[in-house]
Amino acid sequence: MAHVETAPKLYGLMAEFETPEQLLEAARRTRDAGYRKFDCYTPFPIHGLTAAMGVKEAKVPWTVFTMGLLGAIGAFSLQVWTSLVDYPLNVAGRDLLSWPYFIPITFEGMVLAAAFGAFFGTHIYNRMLTYYHPVFNVPQFARASTDRFFVCIESKDPKFNRDEAYRFLQSLNPISIAEVPE
Amino acid sequence: MQQTIKATEIREFPLFEGQQTYERITDQITSIPTDRHPMAWTIMFGLGLIGAFALLMALVYLVAVGTGIWGINQPVAWGFAIINFVWWIGIGHAGTLISAILLLLRQAWRMSINRFAEAMTIFAVMCAGIFPLFHTGRPWVAYWLFPIPNWLAMWPQFRSPLEWDVWAVSTYFTVSLLFWYMGLIPDLAKMRDRAKSQLARTLNGVFSLGWRNSAIHWMRWEQAYLLLAGLSTPLVLSVHSIVSLDFAISIVPGWHVTIFPPYFVAGAIFSGFAMVLTLVIPFRILYPKLKDYITMNHIDWMAKVMLATGWIVFYGYLCEMFFGWYSGNQFEQFLVVNRFFGPYWPAYWALIFCNGIVPQLLWSPKIRQNLLVLFIISIIVNIGMWFERFVIVVMSLHRDFLPSAWGMYAPTLSDWWLYLGTIGFFIMMMFVFARFIPMLAVAELKELWYKLYHGHNGHGGSHTPVAQPTAPAPQGGGQ
Repeated sequence: MAHVETAPKLYGLMAEFETPEQLLEAARRTRDAGYRKFDCYTPFPIHGLTAAMGVKEAKVPWTVFTMGLLGAIGAFSLQVWTSLVDYPLNVAGRDLLSWPYFIPITFEGMVLAAAFGAFFGTHIYNRMLTYYHPVFNVPQFARASTDRFFVCIESKDPKFNRDEAYRFLQSLNPISIAEVPE
Repeated sequence: MQQTIKATEIREFPLFEGQQTYERITDQITSIPTDRHPMAWTIMFGLGLIGAFALLMALVYLVAVGTGIWGINQPVAWGFAIINFVWWIGIGHAGTLISAILLLLRQAWRMSINRFAEAMTIFAVMCAGIFPLFHTGRPWVAYWLFPIPNWLAMWPQFRSPLEWDVWAVSTYFTVSLLFWYMGLIPDLAKMRDRAKSQLARTLNGVFSLGWRNSAIHWMRWEQAYLLLAGLSTPLVLSVHSIVSLDFAISIVPGWHVTIFPPYFVAGAIFSGFAMVLTLVIPFRILYPKLKDYITMNHIDWMAKVMLATGWIVFYGYLCEMFFGWYSGNQFEQFLVVNRFFGPYWPAYWALIFCNGIVPQLLWSPKIRQNLLVLFIISIIVNIGMWFERFVIVVMSLHRDFLPSAWGMYAPTLSDWWLYLGTIGFFIMMMFVFARFIPMLAVAELKELWYKLYHGHNGHGGSHTPVAQPTAPAPQGGGQ
């Protein structure tokens, strides 16, 4: 069978900006224009950017809290179960349930589990642990980690229409606009 | 992480030298691993490698023959292994203090030293872990320390501070590594984007886990980073407190002291800052590009932290004397006299000299600006803090209650061999780190620079002209 050339599917349209202030303005206007599936790309965290994009979430803090709680409960119950049920050991007549002695390990278990929650939670929610992503196809994008600021409207946005989105991005006065192939 | 910094503060104490732009900050720091490395790098790495190899040989010999090759015996059964363990763990603590506590306290100057100090923490904790592991005598059954169901139907003794130590140190190592790696991911992505060779691009691409600088990712990254800082802060205090409880829960004179936890933590930070200075001063000379970010102000502040924590430690020494006298207990009183005039008196007075007297030079602003003197002071403090652990471990054990049970302790060649081996390993790891990983947190420095000079609070300084956006590029740039 002959190989059929097909145009790559479009992931989105990406506009490049020079300063964080321009990007903040662009993010606000993209949001106001009714786009929901879009993301910004910046070389460092910019305060107020997610607010301008209308994104608000606390999944990571809740994950950390839950994991910390589970870690503390797990570590404490491990100690209680081993000392009371599985292998009760009488050390000079001391209480089997000497709970103050269990606090340090309970604390460490809490911190350990919460830290795992923070690290893996962030990367799972970010859909990371991957090598490839469509945005890397744009040559200018290499500067997203140095000194350029990008906004990308994704094609999965219900309001997305290639020409309309292009015109809209043009109205934001970017340095460049690029198509992002899937 | 929203620092509120007054404009006057910036002018008086610049956190950056030279004319900076985002591009320059990125280039200066991320080009270090790809530049040609100075000859001194090869020499220091080579020395470290020899030390690491010596460490390996020392451990092979130790496992083959047993802990009898060390100087430990009754009554001093802890010796070098525990002295060096506490010394290394203490050194590690400054890294966490800089990365976590100074972040929570919104100290903007931490941004240029945190990556470096955290790397130091990780390598120091690795060195520390070796000692108790091999001090057990049978490191191949070290898994007994963890609550793993095994055929002995046996569990660890959770009421023992030694078991707490296992949990504290292993948690500390894991959390420090996660915290460090979390901060590193955006910078590894930068290395990937700049990489010239395919190998560098692939490796940095894999280790940056697909980081793409998305704003939503940054938001979660910041949340997680701040939470990790919040978790690390009580963690670091707990680790050295628990280390001190190894001593304080016993009844040995000189160990059974309530001041131990805070006194140990202060000592840890004191020695850790000394080690940061010991490393930063030569690294600034080796890599002059760092001088724009680790300025003389940073060094000045580190010296001041050292002076302050040095006083807390010295207060601890005074408290120990007071407790000895005020306890009315003849064994505690004897301990104080034994420290002053006993057979190990040089160790005690070396400790007072190194940690109590020498750091007072840091009151002088001139000395805080003199890198050579500062370097020598930092080495002296490192030695002094080693003597502190020697005094605590050996002097308390060698003469406890009954004179019939007294004895003397002297380290053997194998003790020194292992100890110097860990120093070699540490040096090697620091230079490997400098060779492959951006030594400063680039993204955090750029964020700081933006806040200082372009944000709402700051103005003045080195403003880059903002170019007007050019006409849009022809459509379809990515096709």
